[in-house]
Amino acid sequence: MKLSGLEPLVLNENSNFINVGERTNVAGSRKFLRLIKEEKFDEALDIARHQVDGGAQIIDINFDDGLIDGKEAMIRFLNLIAAEPDICRVPIMIDSSKWEIIEAGLQVVQGKCVVNSISLKEGEDKFIWEAKQIKRYGAAVIVMAFDETGQADNYERRIEIATRSYDVLVNKVGFPSEDIIFDLNIFPVATGMEEHRKNAIDFIEATRWVRQNLENVSVSGGVSNVSFSFRGNDGVREAMHSVFLYHAIQAGMNMGIVNPALLEIYDDIPKDLLERVEDVILDRRDDATERLLDFAETVKGSKVEKGLDLTWRENPLQDRITHALVKGIDAFIIKDIEQAREKADKPIEVIEGHLMIGMNVVGDLFGAGKMFLPQVVKSARVMKKAVGYLNPFIEAEKGDKQEPVGKILMATVKGDVHDIGKNIVSVVLACNNYEIIDLGVMVSPEKIIETAIKERVDAIGLSGLITPSLDEMVYLAKEMQRQNFDLPLLIGGATTSKAHTAVKIDTQYKNAVVHVNDASRAVTVVGDLLNKKTSHEYVAKMKTDYDEFRTKFLKRGKEKLYISINEARDRKYKIDWETSEIVKPKELGVQILKQLSLKELVPFIDWSPFFRSWDLHGKFPDILTDKVVGDQATTMYEEAQEMIQEIIAKQLLKPKAIFGLFEANSINEDDISIQKKGKEVAVFRTLRQQLKKREGIPNHALSDFIMPKETGKKDYMGAFCVGIFGAQELADSYRDKEDDYNAIMAQAIADRFAEAFAEYLHKQVRTKHWGYASNEDLSNQDLIKESYKGIRPAPGYPACPDHLEKETIWELLEVEKLIGVKLTESLAMWPAAAVSGYYFGNPEAKYFGLGKITDDQVTDYAIRKGIAKEKARKWLHPTLAEE
Amino acid sequence: MSNIKQALQDRILVLDGAMGTMLQAYKFTEKDFRGERFKDYPTPLQGNNDLLSITQPEAIKTIHGKYFEVGADIVETNTFSGTTIAMADYQMEDLVYELNYQSAKIAKEVADEFTAKEPHKPRFVAGSIGPTNRTASMSPDVNDPGYRAVTFDELRMAYKQQVEALVDGGVDLLLVETVFDTLNAKAALFAIEEVKDERSIDIPIMLSGTITDASGRTLSGQTAEAFLISVSHIPLLSVGFNCALGANLLQPHLEAIANKTDFAISAHPNAGLPNAFGEYDETPDEMGEQIEEYLKKDLINIIGGCCGTSPEHIRVIANIAAKYKPRRAELVSASH
Repeated sequence: MKLSGLEPLVLNENSNFINVGERTNVAGSRKFLRLIKEEKFDEALDIARHQVDGGAQIIDINFDDGLIDGKEAMIRFLNLIAAEPDICRVPIMIDSSKWEIIEAGLQVVQGKCVVNSISLKEGEDKFIWEAKQIKRYGAAVIVMAFDETGQADNYERRIEIATRSYDVLVNKVGFPSEDIIFDLNIFPVATGMEEHRKNAIDFIEATRWVRQNLENVSVSGGVSNVSFSFRGNDGVREAMHSVFLYHAIQAGMNMGIVNPALLEIYDDIPKDLLERVEDVILDRRDDATERLLDFAETVKGSKVEKGLDLTWRENPLQDRITHALVKGIDAFIIKDIEQAREKADKPIEVIEGHLMIGMNVVGDLFGAGKMFLPQVVKSARVMKKAVGYLNPFIEAEKGDKQEPVGKILMATVKGDVHDIGKNIVSVVLACNNYEIIDLGVMVSPEKIIETAIKERVDAIGLSGLITPSLDEMVYLAKEMQRQNFDLPLLIGGATTSKAHTAVKIDTQYKNAVVHVNDASRAVTVVGDLLNKKTSHEYVAKMKTDYDEFRTKFLKRGKEKLYISINEARDRKYKIDWETSEIVKPKELGVQILKQLSLKELVPFIDWSPFFRSWDLHGKFPDILTDKVVGDQATTMYEEAQEMIQEIIAKQLLKPKAIFGLFEANSINEDDISIQKKGKEVAVFRTLRQQLKKREGIPNHALSDFIMPKETGKKDYMGAFCVGIFGAQELADSYRDKEDDYNAIMAQAIADRFAEAFAEYLHKQVRTKHWGYASNEDLSNQDLIKESYKGIRPAPGYPACPDHLEKETIWELLEVEKLIGVKLTESLAMWPAAAVSGYYFGNPEAKYFGLGKITDDQVTDYAIRKGIAKEKARKWLHPTLAEE
Repeated sequence: MSNIKQALQDRILVLDGAMGTMLQAYKFTEKDFRGERFKDYPTPLQGNNDLLSITQPEAIKTIHGKYFEVGADIVETNTFSGTTIAMADYQMEDLVYELNYQSAKIAKEVADEFTAKEPHKPRFVAGSIGPTNRTASMSPDVNDPGYRAVTFDELRMAYKQQVEALVDGGVDLLLVETVFDTLNAKAALFAIEEVKDERSIDIPIMLSGTITDASGRTLSGQTAEAFLISVSHIPLLSVGFNCALGANLLQPHLEAIANKTDFAISAHPNAGLPNAFGEYDETPDEMGEQIEEYLKKDLINIIGGCCGTSPEHIRVIANIAAKYKPRRAELVSASH
């Protein structure tokens, strides 16, 4: 294989192992992730340079993270690298799970790159198409041992997938065989699970087979995975990496991601350790894992954590308290605190002394990226429990209250009910000794302002998830300015962004408006804002920063071209109604589902967003073995499972759903008339894409998927709403016990159940009630990937961002009356764990993003819907192209 | 089309010399450049050499004819700047198709005349595809290294239009030349592959990079071998270097790639380095001597001249080339 940066890199039979640098990967380096999020590209370049200086022969670059615009970041970073000859002398590995990011990368690098990665996961067609493009761009490719049925996890499957991939690439695509690199999946060994015993040896043997039988290819992999179960014991890990590499390289592995800091020299490994490690890697004995575990104690000098280790209980008092806080263990805290109180002059000293010392350690570890958000929230739980115990003693002494460092008002804005993120930020701030006044959800601006004045708060934090909340935030900033407030304003929540904050909110208000979407940043930001000595300077800096960001953002606003709504309609997506298969639902009309066990929903849960709500980024189940957050994710996953068991056993949450299937025809191009027995009972108004597109690419509206009335034939569609009741009560019951961790966990689980319910119901509708896909046989992974026929778009989401249409669904299905899910004034659903939307069954129906629309469509929409244009503008505001 | 591959097996093929240098001798004025058709065109047109294929076609044909007469096997179309990107300077983006089509057509007419006269020595036309005046992997703004004045897609689309017109005009092969930024070349190759795919045709591609100075690297910083690796994903007829350097200074870079590829090797160096007046004054014999060194070392399959070379240079080069056997490398078939 030959690759190039400014200089060539040639691999042949005589080459040494090629080491790929991975610190420029947001999943591999927290520091890199932070720098990219903060747009500190100069410092990020230093990481790249450091890797090349340190001997990396290829650098892997990855921006797959929910909060990063991966495509923009890839282009910008690679463009900057191109100007640094000491970095771009080596070839680039463009790493993403998204094709558009890979392609963007391929378009900006002159040398011959490696694409990381493609696989048969989503079928042969996609695989072939991507491989053809990669070939035409002139890059080598990493092929994951992954196919439609899943990841290869044994010897036979690795060979089966590699052989098939090779055959497709070489014979169907004409891909040069020397440019194929197989990643044969390195999985952990010595996990205690019987089925993991052969993980390493299977990889090694599969590597040998592939190198001998598939001509010219290379084999790569991420080595540190293999020692996953020995995290915390670097001595053993280093030995495991060396042994694994020693055998894998002999078998033909010729490149890989290896952290040079975690690598022992094979010959330097003590004989007794070497023997045990080799027993594990090569699966040479039945008791290999146990023997290595036992031996590992002597390597580390202490027992590797297996089961309960109570040796820390023998340490001095302060160490015990700190340990309890850092580890989030609340079992002994009252006992320890009581002991501390007895020794102290005043009970408040225990908080200011023992507890603060411990929490400072937590803060430092968190700041250094060595603790993660869920762990900090657990620490807060211990802290709260301790303070709760001490409070009666403090009050008994009167007037001797602990002084908080600042008072922060937190609220989810009017019309919005989503508060998981806000609660996490509150907890993190509270455990850094801020007093939090949490006004809850759906808080009116009047109440926020009134409370801020009355309580003399030091800062206000606003949160929101749905798009109308953005306007609420702008309104509040204006009001604060009008009433001459001078407090900093913090903005957070899923729809908020630095861009929106800088362009729309910051301009309305004289004091700092800071976008904080990462709970871990909240503490430093608030600290800087409230520090009396430096706050003035910091606020000025933030103002300038946002001003610059705004100028840049507005300038970069790429000229996008829009066509008129009439033109867009001419270019609508055309289904051939002569031949299109229309299936009449088996059961027309409205139905309610109340008697459903949560148990049935569990297999439908998509876990990735659950971890995201805790700032743990990665795809499930890979995230459980992730190098950085894997431990934490695994713990949380286990805890979530426990809570789910309890919720099911005690029926703590109640799922309810309603759906209806109706006769329908599209009318006036963009509307859908819903009929019962031929009589119109409702009209859905859909919005049409107006972005100017290439010839042959249609401008979609959802109405395109329904047969027009002019055909004289009947078509059908559906609508639905699911809700999970009881989450608020459950969360409150935990909060009453000072347990914010489980309170937030309960809300996050309820959200997952709502999504799972929507997925479950859709399946029931497809296979049973409507019945157009009665033969469907899809795994749950396929469901999460939405590989089924038909779609269920939800108002407020990309295909139909118009929240107003929820009202139509509510009237049509009598949602509130029949199952009790309500709409707020901003059209958020209550309970918050709820999903509503439409069903389209046509095989050609697909998801799309509306993008921006222009004024002519707003006028047209207002007329069609019979509402004032001002009202239409207000609701469609976030999707308007101008401004 | 397989003709040229056959010819390449049999002998060293000779490429023509400079077009620009020859045109200078005509001393065309602004009025000559405009001709009747563009007499009222809003921008100054003097210097737009590609336009002469339309306004002074006889001059272009004459020059092609002179090169064929002295022994060239291949002439390049007068289309070095025939993309919307390069033509933007003259506001002639809309004329790009016609410029390329006409240039290809007249070159092919001359080639066919010679082939008819000397059937044992068929003549070929290479569609010349220049680098444009923008770089995809370098910023023109020293204060903003992340900025790019042109994107891959913009280049790809511009090149695609040029390639379609050249193919319609009847060229036998394409020559992507004077590559100073490899990413531009990759966009051109991408466009050519698209055209090949869409039309289900095969057309041989010559690719020629430019080593800009004594550093031994392209303008975008790649070594000769890195450049070769970066463009080897497409089945090329030949790869090589042209422009910027005289024949002797080019030699080490040809050596750097000759034993690392199965593609044919081409070179069309300048007539030395420019003198104090910006003129190239290496004589045909001086240049010929240096070129003979290439042939002695068995480096070359296609040889010609770039800036400053004239039919006299090419005559000397053709005579020398006739004495040597082509470099032996397994030629990769373009349909591979």
